[in-house]
Amino acid sequence: MKLDTLASWARRLRARDISSRELTELYLGRIDRLDSQLNSFISVTPDLALAAADAADERLARGEAAPLLGLPVAQKDIFCTFGVRTSCGSKMLDNFIAPYTATVVERMNAAGAVMLGKTNMDEFAMGSSNETSHYGPVRNPWDPERVPGGSSGGSAAAVAARLVPAATGTDTGGSIRQPAAFCGITGIKPTYGRVSRYGMIAFASSLDQAGPMAASAEDCALMLNAMVGFDPRDSTSVERPAEDFTAGLGADLKGLRIGLPREFFGEGLDSDVRAATEAALAVLRERGAELIEISLPNSGLSVPAYYVVAPAECSSNLARYDGVRFGHRCDEPRDLMDLYTRSRAEGFGAEVKRRIMIGTYVLSAGYYDAYYLKAQKVRRLIADDFRRAFEQVDVIAGPTSPETPFRLGEKSADPVQMYLSDIYTIAVNLAGLPGLSMPAGTVGNLPVGMQLIGNYFDEARLLGVAHQFQQETDWHARMPAAFV
Amino acid sequence: MEWETVIGLEVHTQLNTVSKIFSGAAIAYGAEPNRQACAVDLGLPGVLPVLNAAVVEKAVMLGLAIDARIAPRSVFARKNYFYPDLPKGYQISQYELPIVEQGHLDIDLEDGSRKRIGVTRAHLEEDAGKSLHEGFTAMTGIDLNRAGTPLVEIVSEPDMRSAKEAVAYMRKLHALVRYLGISDGNMQEGSFRCDANVSVRPRGQTEFGTRAEIKNLNSFRFVERAINFEVERQIDLIESGGTVVQETRLYDPDRDETRSMRSKEEANDYRYFPDPDLLPVVIHPEDIEAARRRLPELPDAKRERFITDYGLSAYDAGALTSSRELADYFETVATGCGAPKLAANWVMGDLSAALNRAGASVAESPVPAGALAQLLSRIQDETISGKIAKEVFDAMWAGEADADAIIEARGLRQITDTGAIDAIIDEVIAANPSQLEQYRSGKDKLFGFFVGQVMKKTRGQANPAQVNVRLRARLQGD
Repeated sequence: MKLDTLASWARRLRARDISSRELTELYLGRIDRLDSQLNSFISVTPDLALAAADAADERLARGEAAPLLGLPVAQKDIFCTFGVRTSCGSKMLDNFIAPYTATVVERMNAAGAVMLGKTNMDEFAMGSSNETSHYGPVRNPWDPERVPGGSSGGSAAAVAARLVPAATGTDTGGSIRQPAAFCGITGIKPTYGRVSRYGMIAFASSLDQAGPMAASAEDCALMLNAMVGFDPRDSTSVERPAEDFTAGLGADLKGLRIGLPREFFGEGLDSDVRAATEAALAVLRERGAELIEISLPNSGLSVPAYYVVAPAECSSNLARYDGVRFGHRCDEPRDLMDLYTRSRAEGFGAEVKRRIMIGTYVLSAGYYDAYYLKAQKVRRLIADDFRRAFEQVDVIAGPTSPETPFRLGEKSADPVQMYLSDIYTIAVNLAGLPGLSMPAGTVGNLPVGMQLIGNYFDEARLLGVAHQFQQETDWHARMPAAFV
Repeated sequence: MEWETVIGLEVHTQLNTVSKIFSGAAIAYGAEPNRQACAVDLGLPGVLPVLNAAVVEKAVMLGLAIDARIAPRSVFARKNYFYPDLPKGYQISQYELPIVEQGHLDIDLEDGSRKRIGVTRAHLEEDAGKSLHEGFTAMTGIDLNRAGTPLVEIVSEPDMRSAKEAVAYMRKLHALVRYLGISDGNMQEGSFRCDANVSVRPRGQTEFGTRAEIKNLNSFRFVERAINFEVERQIDLIESGGTVVQETRLYDPDRDETRSMRSKEEANDYRYFPDPDLLPVVIHPEDIEAARRRLPELPDAKRERFITDYGLSAYDAGALTSSRELADYFETVATGCGAPKLAANWVMGDLSAALNRAGASVAESPVPAGALAQLLSRIQDETISGKIAKEVFDAMWAGEADADAIIEARGLRQITDTGAIDAIIDEVIAANPSQLEQYRSGKDKLFGFFVGQVMKKTRGQANPAQVNVRLRARLQGD
């Protein structure tokens, strides 16, 4: 059977051309057959999935039309799901069965989505290659020797290999966009506050934002419709009038001003990635967009500022994993201090520990002003750069990552090299803006992603631009040969 | 050398909201362990705090009542430290930008003067849970019912100079939060407790001495005793050549002493930073005005009014306004019987004595204010004497009936008929000729004997004023 997009599956389900059970069994079968090559799922939940599919089929039979009714999806294992292990990619939570469900998952379930399982990820979403997962690395479906990106690497690989038509991701510094680019799919990180963070295990609270990952912009729009919305359980959630992100997909690009930040095309950018990006930009220009060179002068400060703010918040957010109430507890603790130190030493991996230590350091008395406070000031400068840019242009574009997927283990020994993989995505989180990555070409067999950055709450425009691009190109429709 | 004591207090008051400061769980006291702790209170992965608006309203009322500045924008911060009953590994508190700043409270000193105590700040925070050690072997139980209970921490300036002043301040603050209705002030349940910062310095010296902080004092008596012990300890230490170290100490009421808990070097670095899960608390001038309109009459204003409207002494007015319940009780009695001074004497006298004996609060009095007012009305309209009234009061306290019914049933109505009183006086005089002789020859003291005889014959029911006037006239022999 042809592996269709989420949008066309939705149409076929409504036309009763296929049942949700058949669709669910199709994808569960693919996971069963193919995921051993990828390791993209931490937990597969076939019983829950089939029950949800049957329920969806009943609703479909009654003529109901919930937005995701009967559609199979996967949830990143960072979202709490009642009764299902929610590990966050960590040994610390290997035994954690969530006693409640995240708002995003609740909303998608209410919209009729059928969850097939929970996807692999970097431990506590800290990583750019999916190699920090306690459950082992995920492999890139385009080349099993290469990483899928991270931290939403499981979701990206699963969607790219069509083990599921769409999945959720979360993005703190690029964790939706960079793996989407590495795996040749589309993913969008919405404006901070668009999607509720309740039940999404926190890494860096002021940066974390959930979003959809799917083959096309249209599929992402469909998913995003179900994910967004004010949540009284999240104080940082924003109250906005309801919006249909699929409504504006047809808008043409005539007169659209696209800003190209000089800093995103400079030193450090792989020349093949640059060429692919420029070719993609030419497509947009042909469809009527105007390309304007701009500058984001403080973007060079975004990686250092991020690696102060994010670890600071994570050092505090991860303090609750102390072996007292839930999660990993060391055997036979001698006393309280032993319980704390051994439970945490055993439960956390190296990258998580590194970030907890950095965060603890930058918040310490005597260092707070020099690091944390200064990073917050830099953050304001970076947001100001974007504010000025959006006075000039409608959308900002550039490469999502400076390179194509690297080899497993290639950067494991050098955290700074790993951190630079997110050099173009991090500023977007620091400013709280929406950012999208879409397949824009290839280098050899490997996908190249292009990033589109929008002004606050301008997700519909980003999705529209990507959709128009996808009308003209077929990068998003290509599948890795091993999974066809 | 003469020493001066310097004291500052940090008072933790539990706000009497229905639910917790950042979750919807109830805060009722005494539930089974962990039955009032929801996912947010347990600090489960993924949960987020949402501020309870009632908490902010109550803090604003407190700020207005102590004439403080209400911050237009205050910020919640995380205070990071590990403790088993602190579920998130941090406490959400306010640090650099508290909701209330720069207020003051006036206390009354023993010599009748007033003293102004500065309030540096008051900030909102969540309480932690409790570690349970009883009933476990080689283990500790954790009860998170209290985790997330809203507290306001009220920090004073180091303006107090004796344990007595510290107690006066704490009492005043206690009365205030109860007047405002923002806390039940229940000290046994820990709803009102304080940490005392204590130091000493040679009198005349301007710099402060090194202070010790005594933690978790939950009664007025403990505050006074702990401070007095600590002051003596510090003076003895310095006078014997030692130096006071900055440290946290615990007061042990059984041994009546303070003990070192941890020194400054062992103190945590709390790594405060603004909580990214919560927005700044923004308070508009309209919100402040709305809170001002909700303020009840405050103790000091009430005290002034009692002096002017009811003609009470400053002392009586102060005592009667020491709690809102007592002041309300008094006012009901005073207006009900129309005799404020009589009401004040009874409320502070017989009623308070009876309450003390029973260990009851004024709210629990078996004689409600209306009933006492009826009794005092009977004194006012001369149905009974003050002395008989005490008997009636005791019967009311015992739950016998109301004042009028008791007076009727026991036949206690006062004799005010002058003819009847004269007749009894005549009888008494006739029966005691030798005493009459002595009285008339100048032994004035025997007047009391005759009064006693008349009262005895009337079983105390003769109007004493009338008896005095008429008896004196009769004895003069006219």
